[in-house]
Amino acid sequence: MPQVTLTVNGKQHTVEVEGRTLLVELLREKLGLTGTHIGCDTSQCGACVVHVDGISVKSCTQLALQADGANVTTIEGLAAADGTLHPMQEMFREHHALQCGFCTPGMVMSAIDLVQSHPEGLSEKEIREGLEGNLCRCTGYHNIVKAIAAAHPLMHAKAAE
Amino acid sequence: MGFQGIGASVRRKEDVRFLSGKGNYTDDINRPGQLYAYIKRSDRPHAKINGINVAAASAAPGVVRVFVGGDMAAEGIGGLPCGWQIHSKDGSPMAEPPHPVIAVGKVRHVGDPVAVVIAESKQEAKDAAELIEVDYTDLPAVANLTDAVAAGAPEVHDGVAGNICYDWVIGDKAVVDGVFASAAKIVKLDLTNNRLVPNAMEPRAAIGDFDTSSGDFTLYTTSQNPHVIRLLMGAFVLHIPENKLRVVAPDVGGGFGSKIYHYAEEAIVTWAAGKVRRPVKWTAERSESFMSDAHGRDHVSTAEMALDNEGHFLGLRITTLANMGAYLSTFAPCVPTYLYATLLAGVYKTPVIYCNVKAVFTNTVPVDAYRGAGRPEATYLLERLVDVIAHDTGIDKVELRRKNFIPADAFPYQTPVALQYDSGDYQTTLKVALKTADWDGFEARRTAAKANGKLRGIGISTYLEACGIAPSAVVGSLGARAGLYEVAEIRVHPTGSVTVFTGTHSHGQGHETTLAQLVVSQLGVPFDQVEVVHGDTAKIPFGMGTYGSRSLAVGGSAMVKAMDKVIAKGKKIAAHLMEASVEDIEFKDNTFTVAGTDKSKTLTDISLAAYVPHNYPIEELEPGLDETAFYDPKNFTFPGGCHIAEVEIDPETGVVEMVNFTAVDDVGRVVNPMIVEGQVQGGVAQGIGQALLESAIYDPSGQLLSGSYMDYTMPRADNIPPMSVATENTMCTHNPLGSKGCGEVGAIGSPPAVINAVVDALKDYGVRHLDMPATGSKLWSIIQAARPRMAAE
Ligand code: FES
Ligand code: FES
Repeated sequence: MPQVTLTVNGKQHTVEVEGRTLLVELLREKLGLTGTHIGCDTSQCGACVVHVDGISVKSCTQLALQADGANVTTIEGLAAADGTLHPMQEMFREHHALQCGFCTPGMVMSAIDLVQSHPEGLSEKEIREGLEGNLCRCTGYHNIVKAIAAAHPLMHAKAAE
Repeated sequence: MGFQGIGASVRRKEDVRFLSGKGNYTDDINRPGQLYAYIKRSDRPHAKINGINVAAASAAPGVVRVFVGGDMAAEGIGGLPCGWQIHSKDGSPMAEPPHPVIAVGKVRHVGDPVAVVIAESKQEAKDAAELIEVDYTDLPAVANLTDAVAAGAPEVHDGVAGNICYDWVIGDKAVVDGVFASAAKIVKLDLTNNRLVPNAMEPRAAIGDFDTSSGDFTLYTTSQNPHVIRLLMGAFVLHIPENKLRVVAPDVGGGFGSKIYHYAEEAIVTWAAGKVRRPVKWTAERSESFMSDAHGRDHVSTAEMALDNEGHFLGLRITTLANMGAYLSTFAPCVPTYLYATLLAGVYKTPVIYCNVKAVFTNTVPVDAYRGAGRPEATYLLERLVDVIAHDTGIDKVELRRKNFIPADAFPYQTPVALQYDSGDYQTTLKVALKTADWDGFEARRTAAKANGKLRGIGISTYLEACGIAPSAVVGSLGARAGLYEVAEIRVHPTGSVTVFTGTHSHGQGHETTLAQLVVSQLGVPFDQVEVVHGDTAKIPFGMGTYGSRSLAVGGSAMVKAMDKVIAKGKKIAAHLMEASVEDIEFKDNTFTVAGTDKSKTLTDISLAAYVPHNYPIEELEPGLDETAFYDPKNFTFPGGCHIAEVEIDPETGVVEMVNFTAVDDVGRVVNPMIVEGQVQGGVAQGIGQALLESAIYDPSGQLLSGSYMDYTMPRADNIPPMSVATENTMCTHNPLGSKGCGEVGAIGSPPAVINAVVDALKDYGVRHLDMPATGSKLWSIIQAARPRMAAE
């Protein structure tokens, strides 16, 4: 079986995978990082979003082998070592932007990329459009949009520090 | 930290776990030595199975066993049971054809299981399933309601004539016909309620585990009600005694009703684990969810209202066809009867009502309760009908509603369709919603939109629902094969912290937070010293689970009762310790006091004495401070309210943009306003999805055309408007909390508000009614068809 070497949440792993193994399967099944979820089989729900080299990616659309040499961050890798939550996690909690929590990891990872790539600011409409790739069946999105808007200044203030 | 009891928007206990990827959903669980199941499903809507060749699959790499329906039947395993029996108007019981766990002899819908492969890996199981050869003879199939009841329609089950499961009525037809015969005006409306796929974001999953030393089975499953699954699967399907079967429903990623039912896959993995003596795991792919999760809604109805000259409602007459799908799902029969027709009075004082419901088998996935279950169908029918009455009579639609409302001083109010409402104030929720939505300023907004080339419309819905199900004796008399009480155990630990064991199940509702708030308020225990445990039959006394917005009204009431017992026992212990009489002991804010003195003991003093009973009335009182209560509700609860939707349609594309949504609901006592708002927002989004986007579509031959997110339109963030959500509450009068329930109001009230707004936006185009979903292409066609006529005028 072919091997893939990648860094996940700061830790390097070398894993044997089948050619057809998806990145999300590698994360969940080989590395036990079950925070990344699978919600569909047509790459539309966004429950599986992780960051690959800093960019949000649906990990069900990538083969594990494509991630060779990559630096991957999953939901498990967001909080600081002392448990301090990332501002996006904190704002999701503050604004009740999650209910069952199943879409949440992908939603948070997408939201972070969205905010990072728009330092100039995001209107409510832009946030909604930016979430096109993530489905949530519980919240009606209202509080997710609020949480992302609230995280924006926190994240950019932090980046400016 | 501030106040964390009833009424505080406490941030949720469960969030840190979910936000850091530490949730524990069924598919996250792996058991040592675990195998994987892949289910081979029918791709035919209706066919005879002549034979199944599993030889190649059995020999494929990694395959441990392949099972077909005959293997289960050979062990005397019958079908999946139905939990509710309806009787037809002639007194005969409903048709209840067998529902094999794995198909035997015939398949009856696309997705019906025909075989299961058990293998070392998921991929090996799936690859081997490709090698199974099923020899089918196709049979004529029928998918939609009107086709299924037509003369000469193909029969889904042998011996079920005309595909009728039951032909049920409520109300006195002769009386209602008499009212219609003398009415000044009759308004009639034909309408459908579109079929939906619930689509909780977590696909269903199940792991069967067999302990070879004890002979015990454990099932981990994505369920809203683990005890119900243990009872149904253990007693009725696999014949495993309940003491040998544990069912665990860990974190569950949304349910909306679809995870109430006992599904074939749960029985398959549990049974197979016993056969192969290793754990067996199954996780649905989303395309399997589409063809195996119970669908929702799917009604075709004709509604007629008899009116006097002033627009007072005199009588309502309804006929409904309700799709059951190919087999009866667990609670399917009660949805279009006791959860639908009994709601047809709504918020109105219509004096007489008659409704006939025919439940119909078709070659489609079984249909059962989905968020609201019957009540959205009743509300949609009523609130569309009221708007059509306004359209036909020229009476203002708000005025028409106001003059027919049950007045606030008429409670308790007995409807003509069995229910007795305990409380409500429909004028107030209406008034507040009209003000919040700036109803009076709408015409100016319509004019402004017109100047931008847009068609703007506003729609209202004043609705009521029944939840907090339900008094066991009542539902028993109506055909339920279960009781609908709830259980709570309050375990006060020796040092005063508390664990709550609840029979309800949280799959997004936030019970770990709200139920802890009840303990904060009633026992005065700090929020962070309260733990809520749910979802495991090995830990919790027999509970009925979460659905029908019942957790707080029924499960919360059980907690209040159990905490009353804790306080009563604590008073006896306190009386002993403080040498006072029990009658003189008062309990408040975590402290027992001798009335009129400064003598007091904290709950921790008392619990410590209870577990270390050295100085203790041991002759009269058992040690320990751990109380259980079962609460059987006295009545349903009746949330209601007013929803207002505002839309803009682009006449060039037909696309509807939701511009505003206002919900003012009466949900009774609110424990956590933040969570209530979230529940309403989520429900409204599902309602908007039903009204504008979602539809499960079968072609006439029974092929499911909308079988993935490519073809089934889920609401996304940019389809949903910012919402204004508020409550105006009257208290439930018959449970100790006064709570009514909030989980379904959003999905119940919103669809007619949206469609009423769409129809209002199209009023110049001669539209009286249109069916959901109001997609861009549908509206574009309507607009195009009307244009020549409008140009000619
Ligand atoms: S699982 Fe990747 S988009 Fe749905
Ligand atoms: S919180 Fe349940 S799907 Fe988003």
